[in-house]
Amino acid sequence: MSLLQIDGLYKRFGGVVAVDDCSLEVAAGSITGLIGPNGSGKTTVFNLVTGFIPKDKGKVTFKSKPIDGLGPDRIYALGIGRTFQLARIFPRLTALENMLVPVRRKGLRALFSRADWGHEKTRAMEMLGFLEISHVANSLGGALSYGQRKLLELGAVMMAEPELVLLDEPAGGVNPALLERIADRIRRLNERGITFLLVEHNMSFVMNLCTEVVVLHQGRTIASGSPEAVRKDPAVLDAYLGA
Amino acid sequence: MRAIPQARFLKVAGLVALFAIALVLPAIAPDPATTNIAVFTVMYIGLATAWNIMGGYTGYISLGHAAFFGFGSYTLALLLAHLHIAAGYTPFLFVPVAGLATAVLALGIGWFALRTRAATFVIVTIAFMFMLQLLAENLVGLTGGGGGMTFPYPRWGGDYFNTPFYYAMLILATLALAVSWRIRRSKFGLGLLAIRDDEDKALAVGVPTRAFKLTAFVVSAAFVGMIGGVYGYYVTYIYPQFVVDPLIGISMVLMVFLGGLGTLSGPVLGALILEPLQLWLAYNYGASRLYLVLYSAVFLGVILLLPRGIVPSLTEAIDRWRARAGPSAPPRVVTP
Repeated sequence: MSLLQIDGLYKRFGGVVAVDDCSLEVAAGSITGLIGPNGSGKTTVFNLVTGFIPKDKGKVTFKSKPIDGLGPDRIYALGIGRTFQLARIFPRLTALENMLVPVRRKGLRALFSRADWGHEKTRAMEMLGFLEISHVANSLGGALSYGQRKLLELGAVMMAEPELVLLDEPAGGVNPALLERIADRIRRLNERGITFLLVEHNMSFVMNLCTEVVVLHQGRTIASGSPEAVRKDPAVLDAYLGA
Repeated sequence: MRAIPQARFLKVAGLVALFAIALVLPAIAPDPATTNIAVFTVMYIGLATAWNIMGGYTGYISLGHAAFFGFGSYTLALLLAHLHIAAGYTPFLFVPVAGLATAVLALGIGWFALRTRAATFVIVTIAFMFMLQLLAENLVGLTGGGGGMTFPYPRWGGDYFNTPFYYAMLILATLALAVSWRIRRSKFGLGLLAIRDDEDKALAVGVPTRAFKLTAFVVSAAFVGMIGGVYGYYVTYIYPQFVVDPLIGISMVLMVFLGGLGTLSGPVLGALILEPLQLWLAYNYGASRLYLVLYSAVFLGVILLLPRGIVPSLTEAIDRWRARAGPSAPPRVVTP
């Protein structure tokens, strides 16, 4: 069963068609990789799905319900989390506070009571421990290294217990050792039942981690399937090698 | 781990002492010259604290808060005039009504103004303030236009005259501080700080940014409106340029920047320094507006030397000193 379904997505920025009739499915429980050359519209697809920019045409369905026209906070509330390219965190909040911002609470009273409820803090500390960055819990986000920020951003997005997480270049700009850790944590979170859709340029990272791969070229889906199948697809080779 | 409760004790003790002094001040120094300074200083503590709830926590700099100040002032004047309320203590009971009216206005203004960000937001708030000033001037039938409006004049004698106003201001300032403190450590407040740091990211992790910003804006404006009401009653005569005064709006901002943007004690400290200084200049050098020179000097000084304000810079210096003093000093935990 597909958790997220995208049909005929279309977006134009002035004279540039960024996403052109893109369709893809993300199966529940999968780690789906979205790859494609630079400028093929991957990040735009993310922004369209999460409601950051309005789409011109197309349909997005999450858990068989349309989510078209909803704002980012509403889409997040439905269970779709995302991270950004280049790791965006709150620089003047501590790592722990960064983890607490996404936690969901119900009701007005809860909103106006303390930000650091015991059980939320415990859960945040557990997640920081899982990512091996609990030692920086009380450091300001702005003081963290790039790799720590990447891990923090991943951890923070988990705090709202999303079903689907969109990762924009989780391996971008990090060293090989950290790359291993990030891949391993994504895999383990996936085993806990979280579905991932990730954009990535690092091919070995994608091929090792992903269970499905979708290839975008000039805003259009040109191939999808298992990593092995996609790797051998002549259309994909064309797109990447520019034949 | 002993340093933290100790520091906390000192902080609480200091606060209690400060509040106790504020509470008995009119008894210690009853002469009107002193209580007049006290009324205005406490007024600015309230204004700066209220402004900080929006400007400090969310990072949305409003330079038009004087509009809410004037609006609260005019609302109270109109209420008293049309309901034929006599001078005395009763007018104070209508201050919350003026606050409510200001909140409703802020809801409408914020609805539009908060579609913009950064510099655009600043300009929209200024424009809105001048619009309100023009309205007050031109709706002659309602506001008396440039001729202004008069409040009922209480028959409190001599030394006592300022005292009720002082306590009214003190109640509002304390309330504003309590609300600011509660927000600062709440889940809502954490959301506001997240907006200040990165609004789009906040939206991406589910913070309903629009509703949060609007709430902070309305709460902030409501306090400013109530304080404006008490101010009008205190000075007994208001006219458009006098209460919808850009300088009032800029003063509260400057105090917050001097004390420390987004901190709880910063606005209080900023008001405690700047307002008595301004009044001292006015007393000694007449109404020469010399304080404007002082304000620009303070403004330049803050930007150049203390861009984050006194409280954050001081806290950092103490932390550095503690870190040097010994490795056993616990790391500072920044709580919302």
